This record gives sequence, structure tokens and C-alpha cells, in this order.
Amino acid sequence: MSDYQTHEYDVIVIGAGGAGLRAAIEASAAGVRVGLICKSLLGKAHTVMAEGGMAASLANVDNRDNWQVHFADTMRGGQYLNNWRMAELHAQEAPDRVRELEAWGAVFDRTKQGRILQRNFGGHAYPRLAHVGDRTGLEMIRTLQDHGIHQGINVHMEVTVIELLKDGDRVCGAFAYEREHGRFHVFKAGAIVMATGGIGRAFKITSNSWEYTGDGHALAYHAGAELMDMEFIQFHPTGMVWPPSVKGILVTEGVRGEGGILTNSEGKRFMFEEIPPLYQGSCAEDPEEGWRYVTGDKEARRPPELLTRDHVARKIVKEVKAGRGSPHGGVFLNIAWISEKLGAKSEEHIKKKLPSMYHQFKELAGVDITKQPMEVGPTTHYVMGGIRVDGDSQMSTVPGLFAAGECAAGLHGANRLGGNSLSDLVVFGKRAGEYAAKWAKDNPAGSINNDQVEAVAKWALAPFDRGESGENPFKIQSDLQNMMQDKVGIVREDKELGEAVEGLGEFWKRAEKAGSDVNRDYNPGWHTAMDLKNLLTVSEASARSAHIRTESRGAHTRLDFPDKSDEQAKVNTIIRKAPDGSMQVEQVNRAAIREDLQKIIDENK
Amino acid sequence: MAQREFRIQRGSGDDAHLETYTTDVGEGMVVLDAVHQIQAESAPDLACRWNCKAGKCGSCSAEVNGMPKLMCMTRLEDLPEDQPVTIEPIRAFPLMRDLVTDVSWNFRVKEKIKPFAPRKPDNEDGSWNMQQDDVERVQEFRKCIECFLCQDVCHVLRDHHLHDEFYGPRFYVYSAALEMHPLDTENRLEQLKDDGNIGYCNITKCCTKVCPEHITITDNAIIPLKERIVDEYYDPITKLFKMFKPKK
Ligand SMILES: Cc1cc2nc3c(=O)[nH]c(=O)nc-3n(C[C@H](O)[C@H](O)[C@H](O)COP(=O)(O)OP(=O)(O)OC[C@H]3O[C@@H](n4cnc5c(N)ncnc54)[C@H](O)[C@@H]3O)c2cc1C
Ligand code: SF4
Ligand code: SF4
Ligand code: FES
Repeated sequence: MSDYQTHEYDVIVIGAGGAGLRAAIEASAAGVRVGLICKSLLGKAHTVMAEGGMAASLANVDNRDNWQVHFADTMRGGQYLNNWRMAELHAQEAPDRVRELEAWGAVFDRTKQGRILQRNFGGHAYPRLAHVGDRTGLEMIRTLQDHGIHQGINVHMEVTVIELLKDGDRVCGAFAYEREHGRFHVFKAGAIVMATGGIGRAFKITSNSWEYTGDGHALAYHAGAELMDMEFIQFHPTGMVWPPSVKGILVTEGVRGEGGILTNSEGKRFMFEEIPPLYQGSCAEDPEEGWRYVTGDKEARRPPELLTRDHVARKIVKEVKAGRGSPHGGVFLNIAWISEKLGAKSEEHIKKKLPSMYHQFKELAGVDITKQPMEVGPTTHYVMGGIRVDGDSQMSTVPGLFAAGECAAGLHGANRLGGNSLSDLVVFGKRAGEYAAKWAKDNPAGSINNDQVEAVAKWALAPFDRGESGENPFKIQSDLQNMMQDKVGIVREDKELGEAVEGLGEFWKRAEKAGSDVNRDYNPGWHTAMDLKNLLTVSEASARSAHIRTESRGAHTRLDFPDKSDEQAKVNTIIRKAPDGSMQVEQVNRAAIREDLQKIIDENK
Repeated sequence: MAQREFRIQRGSGDDAHLETYTTDVGEGMVVLDAVHQIQAESAPDLACRWNCKAGKCGSCSAEVNGMPKLMCMTRLEDLPEDQPVTIEPIRAFPLMRDLVTDVSWNFRVKEKIKPFAPRKPDNEDGSWNMQQDDVERVQEFRKCIECFLCQDVCHVLRDHHLHDEFYGPRFYVYSAALEMHPLDTENRLEQLKDDGNIGYCNITKCCTKVCPEHITITDNAIIPLKERIVDEYYDPITKLFKMFKPKK
């Protein structure tokens, strides 16, 4: 018998970012007992890093905005692979969720009239992002945290879930270890909300932290839930490229929203060269019109730097490959140039609008962005794919298991618009919390299967059995990241994807030989050894999905299939675990879109 | 590539000690990179906290060459090259292991402070009107990333261990953000005076000096709170005025 402590709740929420906190608050408001579990300390989840803002059609800056336009923008950005019901709910409910944050103490930047200020972002027709300088995520997570701690939620910090426990078809709990002493915990639960975020650590160059090992995706998958659209991974066009140790750290799109331009080594603004068909006619003629747009001229159209992320990232890769890159393999992002327009006050303006970018470059790269251009290149940023959920309730294909935020699929389709994640977290976090509480009330509690608990406890301790003779888990992780970056990165092709799938087979074997030493007290080597299973699961799901989508769409770019395919416009990729334990990937027809929604899309073309 | 020597505190309890490691360092590397490299090369069980690697989450607080710092924002090039880099955990809280301390006390203090209580919305959609000028001060406080470096250097906590009586600079900043929030209707002055003993602070400004978010903790948060307390509890003339003037 292994040793563990048991906790009992009606709802457990795994993850304390924006989605998890919002879900926990909602579930608690429904009067059930809620436990909130997170790998880091409270308030440190990824959400804290979000910079640019949160999209909602408040129409405070441009009164032509409304939920229909936001819906149409989201669908177009996602190249129409989005779950249209989620895109509808998201656009409709985001404004209320923003106002709710204000009611809980958030202090957004203001318009002259004293309302919440909104800024431009790629793919949004109007200034739509509520923000606080470039630290919007901090504002969101702190607001939810400071409100949440007074709602009777039990928080378990620095606790990592490594398996979902099942009773028949449904989930009934979770098995976890605590970082401090490595002790085991069993959480019994009526319903479970996954809010674990993304998978960026599967790649070498990423804006994501150690937490992003795809735990939620993998836990749900192994518990029998379907994943969806895992080929769609967003490479943000602007990550830092120099110095090497900060490669991948994000440079917010807000820089371009405030007028930042992209240039190559010849000083050319290369984004003007190629406008994708979906956006013809909605892009500025010349730099002058672009500048008018970012300074609020309603007649002007957006500069091409504010096209969707997939397009901008591909253009940057193309410039670099053509030998027109910056000294360290990126291109130039220049906000300092606005001094031509604003004169001496531009310095103050940049520091006020982009304070953390100013500090980040000053302190980490020795670059003063008010005077010099930045060097930037694509970085792995966000996963559109995730746990397949019902649009209204956020329940996965496993009864009692819900998902919200980055680990859930659907809202963003083939490409996410900037700012649509923070709003996603609160819109669907709330829904997941509400429906999970309801589910827990309506269904009798399940019972924990001891054999399952024993088996996972044994698996967790296996790295110690191998000890020093096992392989270094950090080495396996780093090799995997290199392989994924090379073969499943920003541009893909059949041969490399095939090699990736095969290569992953080897990595699975290596992961089983990973060893840990010393003891269970706060031991990152051991944690990394266990994380490998999740990383490999999401890597395999992404590689296999990318392999069978033989077209280029949104964030998924195939060298061997450079165009969109009408056939594949109709399908989502579904991933599930077969009874023999192997991974099954298939393309499944999408539900036909509701007529009224199709009309909104057509009217906004 | 050049090599550098690092002395990192390892272990827990009485067993805590400095251990020496050598690793390659390249251009632009920060202290956290070196810790990760050492972890991957030779000390996989070396415990440390981090998340964002960009000074945004406040997880990686430590004492680098005796100075309270975010490891991810401290460049090796800025540290004297002729001596090893010493990395120790922050000291105002109990050690867990290696570079990790038990900061849970901070979360308990925050829970005690009376939460935000807004006035009725100004608009029908449930929103409020606030001018940018009126929220700027609060926005300064809300930049806090809860790194607890200010708590680490405050002598009331670090040397006098008055954790049971004193909230520490972080939570005066938090309280100030609430007290000066244009929408808030709650009054926390008595709580700050009697339970939080803000009076123990003798304005040494050590906290302000280490804040990585450059929040002027003492001048903008603590001193105005102390003044408000004086006004409300100790100054008879103001007290008289108060009877006729609405709060805030
Ligand atoms: C640098 C950066 C900037 C960004 N800027 C923006 C922006 O401006 N606008 C925007 O809309 N989006 C932005 N994004 C994206 C957005 O921030 C994220 O997608 C979003 O915050 C994810 O939130 P979440 O609640 O889903 O997960 P997270 O906030 O990542 O939280 C995940 C939680 O799950 C926990 N967890 C994970 N696995 C386990 C486990 N096994 N056991 C227990 N707990 C677990 C973690 O500890 C954590 O608490 C940005 C992202 C980055 C990286
Ligand atoms: S100014 Fe006050 S709170 Fe800040 S360190 Fe000094 S005594 Fe502590
Ligand atoms: S006030 Fe500054 S030093 Fe203190 S916790 Fe906040 S960010 Fe850190
Ligand atoms: S890792 Fe986030 S502040 Fe250093």
C-alpha cells in the first residue's frame, strides 16, 4: 500500500491561471465544495505573463464594434475551423466578463471619457483590447486571485496532478504529488475542471514556462477524452532572438498595435509586399494610412504588421531565409521611429504604453527601445488545439471532466487572434465552473479504484528505482525539444513529420529509463522525469495531426501542400487513445454552421 | 566560452551549506540560466522556483551576492568577474530546500486584509467612470509581482521576526491600492494600525530600493497610509472636520 493523503471535494479545478480561478469562483458561488490545485504558487500561472490585452467588443473607443463583428473576426482569424458556438458565446459574453473584473477591483487604462480604454491588435477590426499598459495578464490574475481568496475555495499550491482517476466511464478524482516533500495526495471529486494551459515546452524556442508541459491535454487523453486540432500551434511572430539565453521571450503584439513596424536588413517594410486574400481590401495602402489607423483614424485601414500572427510569422521566416534578416537571425521591430511623428514626447509615450517591454529590452538585451530597433523572430506561443469540449458546458467526451482556457480546443480554430485568450479564460472558465458544479450536484459521487492508485504511485516512483544509472531527464527533454523544433516547427513537410512520429517512439523508450536521485523533497529532476510522459503525449498528438492535415491553413504550414484544401476546410482532427493504448488520429466532419451565424460572417466579409 | 564559479546554497535545516559549481557562461546570461544549466549538468535535484524568465511573475527571488534580486533579471555581466557568484534563498521566511523558501505566510496575511468593496456602478451596464489621472497611483501599486523581495529586506521581518504583528511592505502596498482605489468604500485604517502595526515601519526605505517593479513603496504607499491614520485617530481638529466631510 502506498502512502497518501485524501481530500474530498465536489469540484476540483486543476490549474490556477485565469481559466482555473474563474472556474473555481463560479463553482464556489454555486454552493459546492471547491478545491483548486496548481503546480506553482498562486498568482504565478502563465496568465500573469500576458501582456497586450483582453478582447471584448465594449465599443468604448469605436462605437461601430459589437459582438457580431468580434465573432466574424474570430472566425476569419481561425480560418473557419473554430467551434462556431464557442466563438459566438465568447463574443457575446466577453464584455460582461471584462466589466466583472472591474467590479472585482481591476484597474484598466481609461479613455478620456473615463471608460475602459481599448487598443488595436492583429485581426481585430476595431480597437478591442481592454488593457493595462503591457501587463494585462497580471491585472487579470491578481484580480481573480484577490477576489478568489475570499470565496471559500481551498487552494493546494505546488501540487502536481499526474493522473485522473476513473470510475467506469466517468472521472472521480485525481492523483497528485506535492513539490515540497514529494508526498502523494488523492483528490476525490464529483467533477473536474482542467485549466492547465499549454504545451510550449515541447519546443526549444518558446515564450512558455516550465509549467507548459501539456499536462491537462495528456491527463485527459489518457483518461479517455478526445483531443482536437493539435496540429495548430501558434508561433508568435515576435520573440526576442538575442542574447541567446532570452531567445523566445515574448515581445507583445502591443508594440505593433502602438505603431511598431517590421523592417529587414535593407530597411524595407516587407510586410507591405504580400497581403493574404482573406484580408485584401482591409489593409492600409501605404505607411501613412497605417499610422493613421494606429492613431485612431476610423477611416484608415490597418497596417500589414497587424495581420494575423500566422501570416506575419511566415513572412519573417521568409525574410530571414532570403538572407535579409537581422544580425542574430530575426528581423527588426521598430517603435522608436514614431519620434518622427510625435517628436520629443515619443520617448515618454513608449515608456507609458509599453513599460515592461522597455524594461525587458533594457535589462536583458541592453537595448533602449525608445531609440533603437528590437531584433525579433518567431517563438512557440500558444496551442489552439486541446481537449475537445461541448461549446456550452465545456464538458469533454468523458463524463464529469470539463476543460477551459488554453487546454481546451475549439474557440480559436486554426489560429488565435491576440487578446482572444484572456477573454476566453474568463468566458469559458465561468461556464466550466458553472456546469461542473451542476454536474457534481446532479450525479452521485464515484468511487476510487485502489488498483489504479497503486499503479500510478508505483509508476511515479520508478525513476528512483533507476537512480543514477537512469538517463538524465533534462537531457531527454532538451533532445525532444530540438527534435520538435526541427521537424514539427513553423514550416512542415511529410518527410520530417514522418520522422518525428518515428523519432517519438524512441523518446518514449528513453523516457521509461529516466532516473532520479537523492530523495523526493522538492526535486526538479524527478518532476522533469514524470513530465516527460505529458510532453511526449502532446508531441505525438501534434506530430500525427500535422502529418495528416495535407494543406496549409492558419498556423499549420506545409511546404509540400502550400494551399488550402476545400475538403479539409470541413474537418477537425480528432485524437483518441485506442483500446490497445496506441494513438488514433482521424479527420472528422464539422457540424454545419447555423444559418444566422453564417449570415453574420458573410455580412462582415 | 568562459567559465564561472557559483556558490549555491544547498540542503535544508541545519544541513544548509554553500556548494561550489563551475559552468560555462555566454553573452547575456542571467543568474537563473546558470542555475538551470547547473541543474541540467550536475545537480538535477537543485530546487529553485521560476516561471516567466522575464521579471513578470516574481517567482525567482533570491539573494545574489547578498543582494535581494530576481534571478531571471540579474545579468552575470553585471556581477564582479573576479569572484564567484553566491546564490542564496531569501531569508525572511523559513527555508524549504536549496533556493526555495516557504512564503505561505504572505498568502495568509493577504487573506486577513478586508477585500475590495466598490461603490454602486455609475452606468447601467454595471461599469464605472474613472479618469486616467485618478487611477495612476493605484496602477503603480498594482504592478506588484509579489516577489516578496521587499518583505525579505524589511528589518521588522528579517531581523525582528515580527511576522505575527506586522504585514510587511508588500501588504501596505496592497492595502494602499485598495484604500486609494477610486471605487472602494471600505476603511482599513484601523486594521492597518492595530493588526498590521504599520507604525513599526520606521521608513528606512530598504523595501523601495529592492523593488524590481520600481514601486515607490515608502513614499507613495506607506507614508500616505500613516498620514491617513494620524488624521483619523490622532489629530483632534481633523477629526472634528471629518464629522462634516464625507469619506474620501
Ligand atoms: C508571454 C505571453 C504573453 C501573452 N499575452 C497575451 C495577451 O496579451 N492576450 C491574450 O489574450 N493572451 C495572451 N497570452 C496567452 C495567454 O496568456 C494564455 O493562453 C493564458 O493565460 C492561459 O491561461 P490558462 O488559465 O488556460 O492557463 P495558465 O494561466 O497557464 O494556468 C495553468 C495552470 O495550470 C496549472 N497546472 C498545469 N498542469 C498542472 C498539473 N499537472 N497539476 C496541477 N496544476 C497544473 C499551472 O500550475 C497553472 O496554475 C500570452 C501568453 C504568453 C506566454
Ligand atoms: S521602509 Fe518600513 S516597510 Fe520598508 S523596509 Fe523600512 S521598515 Fe520595512
Ligand atoms: S512591492 Fe515590489 S518588492 Fe514588494 S513584492 Fe511587490 S514587486 Fe516585489
Ligand atoms: S522567473 Fe518570473 S520573475 Fe523571474
